[in-house]
Amino acid sequence: MTEEVAASFDYQIEKDDFKIAGSASSHIKKILKQLGLPNPLIRRASIIAYELEINLVIHTLGGSMRLEVHPDRVVILTEDIGPGIEDVDQAMTEGYSTANDTAREMGFGAGMGLPNIRRCSDEFSIRSTLGEGTWIRSEIHVG
Amino acid sequence: MKLREVKEILDAECLTDEACLDHEVEHAFGSDLMSDVLAFVDENTLLLTGLVNPQVIRTAEMMDIKQIVFVRGKRPADGTVRLAKANGIALLSTREILFTACGKLYEKGLRGVSIL
Ligand SMILES: Nc1ncnc2c1ncn2[C@@H]1O[C@H](COP(=O)(O)OP(=O)(O)OP(=O)(O)O)[C@@H](O)[C@H]1O
Ligand SMILES: [Mg+2]
Repeated sequence: MTEEVAASFDYQIEKDDFKIAGSASSHIKKILKQLGLPNPLIRRASIIAYELEINLVIHTLGGSMRLEVHPDRVVILTEDIGPGIEDVDQAMTEGYSTANDTAREMGFGAGMGLPNIRRCSDEFSIRSTLGEGTWIRSEIHVG
Repeated sequence: MKLREVKEILDAECLTDEACLDHEVEHAFGSDLMSDVLAFVDENTLLLTGLVNPQVIRTAEMMDIKQIVFVRGKRPADGTVRLAKANGIALLSTREILFTACGKLYEKGLRGVSIL
């Protein structure tokens, strides 16, 4: 059974690319604005996209982000090529971070990203396999 | 409080279009942690920070923060200033440290974002 996706956009996110980090999220925000979605939803989606995008840049070997806009929901997905998360519950805990010095110098590494993503989502799921990669899905209901 | 007043109180330099000085600031948040900004900030907030990298501007863009004060005399690179301008974000730079800059603004009536 396939269901119609109103619109979808894909982004490739490179490891350690701090110069352009955030440009995919910026694009996502502009699209949601153009589609005339309500401001509080755009704000939540922007936070989710940006935290996910930064995580791909600072914690992974690279990955992809996808925006899907359906009539009743906005979905943001990320998938990366590793290294995976050993203990997902620990990663979801406020204050837990393995960010390196470079990421910390950029203002990241408070261990607030994943908890904030979950808080901003209506539905949230994360799956990770050590040595393979991490898959995250965040959904916001429209209306 | 108008951004113009913030500039005067902090004896700051405006790095973007002076027209931005008419922005109205409702409350303020001082931090070098961008994820805290992403977790706690409201709209119409003035961000005070000692970080000057492009991610500060991206964070502001995501949060609809329209004005940033860089403390300790820091100034971002030209490309970062351009990114701010493209997003209609006003940039000020003051020589005060974060603590003093926040204190001076608080003294004049500006209050922090409420997170409680
Ligand atoms: N896609 C990912 N792949 C591998 N590890 C990840 C991934 N996303 C998060 N992590 C791990 O989970 C931890 C917590 O992530 P979270 O986003 O909450 O905090 P942070 O990125 O370290 O800091 P902050 O988001 O506050 O800047 C990270 O430090 C990292 O160890
Ligand atoms: Mg993070």
